[in-house]
Amino acid sequence: MEGVIDPPLLARHRETNWSLAVAFVVMVAVFAIGPFVLYPVFLMKALCFALFACAFNLLIGYVGLISFGHAMFFGWASYVTAYAAKSWGWPPELAVLGGTATAAVLGIVAGSLAIRRQGIYFAMITLALAQMLYFFALQAKFTGGEDGIQGVPRGRLFGVFDLSNEMTMYLFILVVFLAGFLLIYRIINSPFGEVLKAIRENEQRAISLGYKTERYKLVAFVLSATLAGLAGSLNSLVFQLASLTDVHWSMSGDVVLMTLLGGLGTVFGPVVGAFLVIAMQNYLAPFGQWVLVIQGAIFVVCVLLFRRGIVGELAHLLRLPL
Amino acid sequence: MFQIFGIPSQALFGQLLLGLINGSFYALLSLGLAVIFGMLDIINFTHGAQYMMGAFAAYLLLQHLGIGYWEALVIAPIVIGLTGIVIERLFLKHLRSLDPLYGLLLTFGLGLVIEGLFRNYYGSSGLPYQVPEALQGGRNLGFMFLPNYRAWVIVLSLTVCLATWFAIERTRLGSYLRAATENPVLVRAFGINVPRMVTLTYGFGVGLAALAGVMAAPIYNVSPQMGSDLIIVVFAVVVIGGMGSIMGAILTGFALGIIEGLTKVFYPEASNTVIFVIMAIVLLVRPAGLFGRSV
Repeated sequence: MEGVIDPPLLARHRETNWSLAVAFVVMVAVFAIGPFVLYPVFLMKALCFALFACAFNLLIGYVGLISFGHAMFFGWASYVTAYAAKSWGWPPELAVLGGTATAAVLGIVAGSLAIRRQGIYFAMITLALAQMLYFFALQAKFTGGEDGIQGVPRGRLFGVFDLSNEMTMYLFILVVFLAGFLLIYRIINSPFGEVLKAIRENEQRAISLGYKTERYKLVAFVLSATLAGLAGSLNSLVFQLASLTDVHWSMSGDVVLMTLLGGLGTVFGPVVGAFLVIAMQNYLAPFGQWVLVIQGAIFVVCVLLFRRGIVGELAHLLRLPL
Repeated sequence: MFQIFGIPSQALFGQLLLGLINGSFYALLSLGLAVIFGMLDIINFTHGAQYMMGAFAAYLLLQHLGIGYWEALVIAPIVIGLTGIVIERLFLKHLRSLDPLYGLLLTFGLGLVIEGLFRNYYGSSGLPYQVPEALQGGRNLGFMFLPNYRAWVIVLSLTVCLATWFAIERTRLGSYLRAATENPVLVRAFGINVPRMVTLTYGFGVGLAALAGVMAAPIYNVSPQMGSDLIIVVFAVVVIGGMGSIMGAILTGFALGIIEGLTKVFYPEASNTVIFVIMAIVLLVRPAGLFGRSV
């Protein structure tokens, strides 16, 4: 069976790191110029989703586990951050931390259930658990039901930086995104990451080599959930809103789409995919339900023709890791 | 009127009936998923959309061609099943040699396309569909009132489920099917056209979903998103039952419908989530599912 990623690229990974460094510099440069050209709110949203997609990619791209329930981490972290900042008056750094910690705990619970089954069952279990948490969010008092939590104050970061200033907020989001991005890169290139890739390629063999693959999968799941939660927390501060959209299954579908379009198992793919999908949702919003049709069509086209995704195809063409 | 556990019997049996109705749909849909999974090794994410298409087919047949419920019960599954065959030939055929997750992604995308198209043309609000004349009204059983149409849905669903079980487990064609599930290469070597069998199996599974859709049309409103929430519950049902056994899928479907109905009586707040909670418990106790082989 053809795996998710080109094996030759993996083998070359260690030799040529300069292409990754160049791509990283280009990415940072784009983000530095970005707010002078595009709306900061659009960029901040895209950055949040880029982090979300990178976190998701950690699981599907490097462990080969497809989660269809990542909205539960994104959405619940978003709720907790919004509630802590609004009702308890927590400063933004603590509110974000609280939201992220919630996602981590959820990740431990959902992960230890989901890794009991493999393959498509894993996808169905995560989807079902996320749907359960969607109903919890719908029924719980503190989430505000259909209204969500509105008017969340952005507050002052560390009591110093006023986040109601769009530029300050943008910088905050950018710094957190880059930190998350580099952390994920570090994880996938650590000895731990190599074991994850081994599990993806051949779990039985990894087990026979003495690795407790269940533990590795759980840790990867929790890391992915935590970072997805971080993205959700930031998103709720950007829009000063946490709502049911954030926990709905379509949000889980969106992040799958972003990662698939950008390139499963590529370093920069999820970022590119997130920007494209967010831009599409923004500009096609007036066309109503066509967005859904186009998103679905992209899924179909990607699976049939561009299984490597945009960045993956580019990397394949240039014979470089990206 | 008498009471059971402090609950009026009318309410209790009413919810039990509703549970059986839901269970009928869970059983039909998870059966279709299990049949498709057995042959194609993919989990058909489009299933919810195909269920919705079945309901819409019944609605459109009535609106535009004046064709009623009874004919729709036959025509809709055939037509939607044919669209399934086209989908298999056009798309799924190419995914055979790939990681099963691609089948998941592709069928998920197809589901979005279909739902989006229907929402575009018919909006998000539900469209009414009349109960056929012959099944209007109901009868008083003494302890509860039983609407005729609901009784019909349960009987029909049970009949179709058992017939499918019989066809797969007890007939010659079914034995080919089971053999091809176990070892397609060997069955092909015996001169049986396995790819055609795969295509027809997918069409059949889709037809089952469409049949469920037609049956659901008079009970729930016909709406583009009627399938997407339901299919997530059906996925949980499939995880609980395990997809290894046809009878397992049927039994789990009905049983969970009944449990959901009872939850509505005793603890309504949990009725939306009870199936997911059961799924979590089953995963803890019997990770392979109640009827499943370990996967």
